[in-house]
Amino acid sequence: MTAFTAAVTVTTTWYLLLSAMLFVMGVIGVMVRRNPLILFMCIELMLNAVNLTFIALARRFGDIGGQSTVFFVMVVAAAEIVVGLGIIVAILRRRPGATTDDLAALKG
Amino acid sequence: MMELFVFVVAAAMVLGGAAGVILRSHPVHAALSLVLTLFGVAVLFVAQEANFLAAVQVIVYAGAIVVLFLFVIMLLGVDKVEDLQIEPFKIQRPAAVAVGAGLLSMLALAIIVSRDAKPPTVARSEAVQAALDGSHDSNIRAIARDVFSDHVVAFELTSVLLVIAVIATVLLARKPRRGETT
Repeated sequence: MTAFTAAVTVTTTWYLLLSAMLFVMGVIGVMVRRNPLILFMCIELMLNAVNLTFIALARRFGDIGGQSTVFFVMVVAAAEIVVGLGIIVAILRRRPGATTDDLAALKG
Repeated sequence: MMELFVFVVAAAMVLGGAAGVILRSHPVHAALSLVLTLFGVAVLFVAQEANFLAAVQVIVYAGAIVVLFLFVIMLLGVDKVEDLQIEPFKIQRPAAVAVGAGLLSMLALAIIVSRDAKPPTVARSEAVQAALDGSHDSNIRAIARDVFSDHVVAFELTSVLLVIAVIATVLLARKPRRGETT
């Protein structure tokens, strides 16, 4: 066991594969769930997967630009959440219990 | 050895939390699973020497954004259990899983094929390069040099974006006064 763990090194590829799995779980969540709040959480999962990719490659290539990009992604994600939750609050106040299917009524 | 242990534990946190987000029927449980995922990602950030961003991840995501989610869930009273048996289209879930599996296999293929890729040559200003050549504990300094020298315009634009977002949210969430059209 110790010989096995000593032989295995955690490479950037592991991080990239993990973030790919996280991204795909977010995609599946967006396609399957019907509660608009949960859809937002799944979008957060995807954003975090991309952030993890940036961080892993920033270390691999020794380039701090990846970390700066993650900083900007976090700022934009915060703004996106604020506006998105504002829209959801406005919709749910008018139609309590609305799901994403009900939002088809928006097309008028 | 230690690195492997940290990676395995953090990966279990990330994937378990993500599974909780997409499988728990109660929105509050899903939000708490999201906290688990965000903490796992923060641990991985530390393991990848992004100390400053790990702190920001915990404060902004786990602190502010999830609290905002919980606040909206409680405030609107949408903390009802969603019936997961309802499937709007007949083959929606199998199709979603199939699309996800296809996407994952393509991403994994691309990652494995390109695992020996060489770093691109990037033009960096001297200050950033000096900070990069410094010791390992200069992570914050390196990010600050990069953001405030090479990306200062983008940084200023994000402040404009945040102001616009705040004003838009106030407009959206406000109840219209009587006699006033939205």
